[in-house]
Amino acid sequence: MKGKVHRYGDQVDTDQIIPGPFTKTLNTDELASHVLEYLDPEFRSRMNKGDFVVAGENFGCGSSREQAPLALKASGVAGVVACSFARIFFRNAINIGLPVLEIGQHAIESGNELEIDLESGTVTDLTAKHTYQAAKMPEVMKKILQEGGLTSYLKKHGNYQL
Amino acid sequence: MSQTLTEKIISQHTGRHVQPGELAIVPVDAVMASDTTAPFAIKAFQEMGANRLWRPDKVILVIDHASPAPNQRIGNLHTMMREFARDKGCRLYDVGAGICHQVMVENEHARPGEIVIGADSHSCAYGAVAAFATGMGSTDVAALMHTGKTWLKVPSAIKIEFTGQLPAATAAKDLILFLVGQLGTSGANYQAIEYCGEAVESLTLAGRMTLASMSVEMGAKSGIVDPRGLELPYPFEPLEADADAHYEKVYRFDVSDLSPQVSLPHSPDKVVPLEEVRGTSIDVAFIGTCTNGRLEDLQAAADILQGQQIAPHVRLIIAPASREVFNQALERGTVEILSRAGATFITPGCGPCVGTHLGVPGNEEVVISAANRNFQGRMGNPNAKIYLASPAAVAASALQGVITEPAEVGLPAGDPPEKP
Repeated sequence: MKGKVHRYGDQVDTDQIIPGPFTKTLNTDELASHVLEYLDPEFRSRMNKGDFVVAGENFGCGSSREQAPLALKASGVAGVVACSFARIFFRNAINIGLPVLEIGQHAIESGNELEIDLESGTVTDLTAKHTYQAAKMPEVMKKILQEGGLTSYLKKHGNYQL
Repeated sequence: MSQTLTEKIISQHTGRHVQPGELAIVPVDAVMASDTTAPFAIKAFQEMGANRLWRPDKVILVIDHASPAPNQRIGNLHTMMREFARDKGCRLYDVGAGICHQVMVENEHARPGEIVIGADSHSCAYGAVAAFATGMGSTDVAALMHTGKTWLKVPSAIKIEFTGQLPAATAAKDLILFLVGQLGTSGANYQAIEYCGEAVESLTLAGRMTLASMSVEMGAKSGIVDPRGLELPYPFEPLEADADAHYEKVYRFDVSDLSPQVSLPHSPDKVVPLEEVRGTSIDVAFIGTCTNGRLEDLQAAADILQGQQIAPHVRLIIAPASREVFNQALERGTVEILSRAGATFITPGCGPCVGTHLGVPGNEEVVISAANRNFQGRMGNPNAKIYLASPAAVAASALQGVITEPAEVGLPAGDPPEKP
């Protein structure tokens, strides 16, 4: 997967990803229309399908709303790369099939071209010519992501396999 | 081998001795979803090809986040929840019953030694009754409704020991704000917190819920309060951590000299002693939420506001944590004191905490709130500023119209409430 970077800072909380008032809907396009609205009102008009959101520490802290990764995915974001993630967001993202890669400290900048390889867990900044190795995910998470999310995983396996 | 309380509870559920870092599939005792998360959970449940609930009596749905429904769309989501509950035979707490976490504890859906998962980040609140509890998202909860099991990484634990006794003008909220300030919003990421110590032992169930609920504000997976001193209306056998259990980190704080604390906008970990922002003008004061909407919180406010009038330019909004709390506050006259002082009561539930309705602040307005989060836009307006404090400090500030220490305006928060 290749795409352009939209870079944000530390502690991007779920209220910044999708504000509470806009979470009460089952319509994912509706969610997408408010994604990152409080953090970066121009995001929707600037981004292209397949782009990446890249952030600092503790991305997705706050609420357990799955609407946060859903809004990002529905808006066309191909994945989120961050120094670190809050645990509920990370788990939710995998469960809905949005790739999330934790790479520790990095120098990826807005506008850079990024390539991610989910198989090897590598994140390559093609602009700066630097490759980062993402933290290993538990096997069960990898499988859930490979199946496209927890719903299809459970549909296939019926139960969790460790 | 010795274990933390967290490891013990998980071990009892898996039937084997677990260690931090290992993955485990655990059977749970109950699962909860609110009107923010249940609709997506129901959708995922259906898409999984599931039909029957794992245990209808252990699946709890609560309408609390946007309650009563503020618009047609949300009204229809509530209908979807009611129909699902009726169809599947699970328990639904409807409009006015209260905040999911309060309802879960009051109605004994979360009990000591249990594992309870909720589709709400503040589900860690059940740690107040020494349960291992954590928040997950809608799809994880759908899987739980279907299978009764989930997978988790056994967390390592951080021990927080609060020694000494809290001074009279402070409350459990000041303890936890202080701690969030010390550890930061990611200071306990992926870890379990275990609270103990003299100051914790003397906390009521309400105070323990204040503490446990904000564990997630430090990124913790769970926050269990040592059950020593815990009083519940039913008999229980308290599990305790082994004396020589291994903790990733141990923090000891002597809280004998703790002063009222406040979180500055826009993060719960921007904590300073309240006196540093004394005199900041406010527009809105809010008492409620799973962190501070219980009877003793309302009573702490009533002790300060009895026979007084809040500042004319301030809106004081109160959302009792549950109908039970509201009824008790009615019976003891707390509601009357607060209402006569100028407070506006709204439906038991999350109220304006999540910014959906019932008190969205205007641009540039300043809010002092007894809630747990003050992220930008939290209450529905990114151009408002939210300070977090104890219910007593919120009431004192409502009275003066500026951020005020409880001790400046009358009874300190710690004094035993008197029946009017």
